[in-house]
Amino acid sequence: MNTTNSIGIVRAQRAQFDTPLVFRSGAVLPRYELVYETYGKLNADKSNAILICHALSGHHHVAGVYADEPKNVGWWDNMVGPGKPIDTDKFFVIGLNNLGGCSGSTGPSSIAPETGVPYGASFPMITVEDWVESQARLADRLGIKQFAAVIGGSLGGMQALQWSLAHPERVRHVLAIASAPRLTAQNIAFNDVARNAILTDPDFHGGDYYQHGVVPTRGLRLARMLGHITYLSDDAMADKFGRELRTEQLNYGYDVEFQIESYLRYQGDKFAGLFDANTYLLMTKALDYFDPAHDFGGDMNKAFARSKSDYLVVSFTTDWRFSPQRSREIVQTLLHNRRNVSYAEITSTHGHDSFLMEHPHYFDVMRAYLDNVASEVSR
Amino acid sequence: MSKDMNMGKYLVSSAAERPDFAAIAAWIPNGASVLDLGCGDGSLLRYLKETRRVRGYGVEINDVDIVMCIANGVNVIQNDLESGLSDFEDNSFDFVILSQTLQATRHTEALVSEMLRVGREGIVSFPNFGYWKNRLNILRGHMPVSKELPYQWYDTPNVHLCTLQDFEMFCNRQRVAILDRRVMTGEFEMKLLPNLLGSTAVYRFQRGL
Repeated sequence: MNTTNSIGIVRAQRAQFDTPLVFRSGAVLPRYELVYETYGKLNADKSNAILICHALSGHHHVAGVYADEPKNVGWWDNMVGPGKPIDTDKFFVIGLNNLGGCSGSTGPSSIAPETGVPYGASFPMITVEDWVESQARLADRLGIKQFAAVIGGSLGGMQALQWSLAHPERVRHVLAIASAPRLTAQNIAFNDVARNAILTDPDFHGGDYYQHGVVPTRGLRLARMLGHITYLSDDAMADKFGRELRTEQLNYGYDVEFQIESYLRYQGDKFAGLFDANTYLLMTKALDYFDPAHDFGGDMNKAFARSKSDYLVVSFTTDWRFSPQRSREIVQTLLHNRRNVSYAEITSTHGHDSFLMEHPHYFDVMRAYLDNVASEVSR
Repeated sequence: MSKDMNMGKYLVSSAAERPDFAAIAAWIPNGASVLDLGCGDGSLLRYLKETRRVRGYGVEINDVDIVMCIANGVNVIQNDLESGLSDFEDNSFDFVILSQTLQATRHTEALVSEMLRVGREGIVSFPNFGYWKNRLNILRGHMPVSKELPYQWYDTPNVHLCTLQDFEMFCNRQRVAILDRRVMTGEFEMKLLPNLLGSTAVYRFQRGL
């Protein structure tokens, strides 16, 4: 495989939806926009489409670069492109920014047409189910009746799973990577600490900070720092930073002394400068709410009874935020329901972040599975 | 595994050429559900899918084999057999197969009991250590090395080798009822003096009373 084999220059597109979307919470969004990108060519019978669902901080720019931003490489460029595991020579690949996002789709930082000011706190609480409905409308718009595959990692994996539950006839294959059928208490707890960091920031202003000309940077920064710790493994951190100091000696103060502190603060600052705090809150709540078994008395097996898709489930050994055990719960439910399913547990040192990294076994598994998917569709 | 991710290195095996495959397939009715433990590259499952239209899953630990199984179009779950079959529910398969793997399992008793928890029937195939060529090797003062036992004593994964008689005694003691047996040498079935003349044994069994 040629790792430099990029799809090249891509451009974002917009789709406007004027039919109101009723959220699971009961809230209604009268109209909205989704920003998306596509790579590769849709075949004549429109059977080769793949939808990529993004995770917490992802967006529509999955692969390639922009003509005016040659260094802005898509977040999954190592996986998506010509000759890559998600092969744009074979598939028509769609990436979108989810509703409630802050990368171009309608979200809390967008101007509400009714008021002329950003939605802020009034943007509806969104769920994975709501996202899938909005994505289904985008699929309708593009004339795609059935996806060859819906693929996602982490929170994106939850959307891929939900696709096969909400629209069993519209998804032939689900690839759920480093994901979980629902969050554990520990995982919700991490999210709540992250949210509290934002909610208690004096610059938060109940979510309507845009009008005050401020951003709850401190809260968002802390939230990202906490998140980042949970995305890495103990081993990966030890390898990368150990107890290494920034200067020769200890200073016995609260400034940055250890390299890990420097790294986390840098990551926190970078993220806080780019991402919207309200979107972060919404995304973490969507994670917490997702539970396909909720409407089935807590019985996950019953929840998956309606699925008709085939599945590939992938986990990473050092991922403790979405551990292999959680992926195996998905597998167990699929086995119970006699779905076709394969499961690969990738030996990787990079924790939850592994799903974004190039790893030979991981990529071989993806390529082998998607080669079979490609052989089912006409060119 | 190398860094070169060219799929060409995974030679997808087309049809099953192992003699025990045909013996196993002969016992499996069309459309049965099958769990293949230690399924390797998935060639048995693929063979059973093509010849018996089974609904099959494999369990395998090896990374390269996982990719091969997926390339072979069979379902595979990456897991260590020795840690049990906790992903699988009671009586969820018609057949649970352990093909040329029994002798390499550490917790053999527990695994056979797990096979019969998950499956209605169990099928195992293993190299017969009582085969005359193996005995001859020992008489000559060496551990047997052959097509069926291709390892040296110091690198073999086979920790629980047995003869036909040993396996049948084991079943008796474990309250496992043997339903059928095929003893092969190459592609030929050995009916006469099987424990001496057969190189590979295949058994079908269920829970005994």
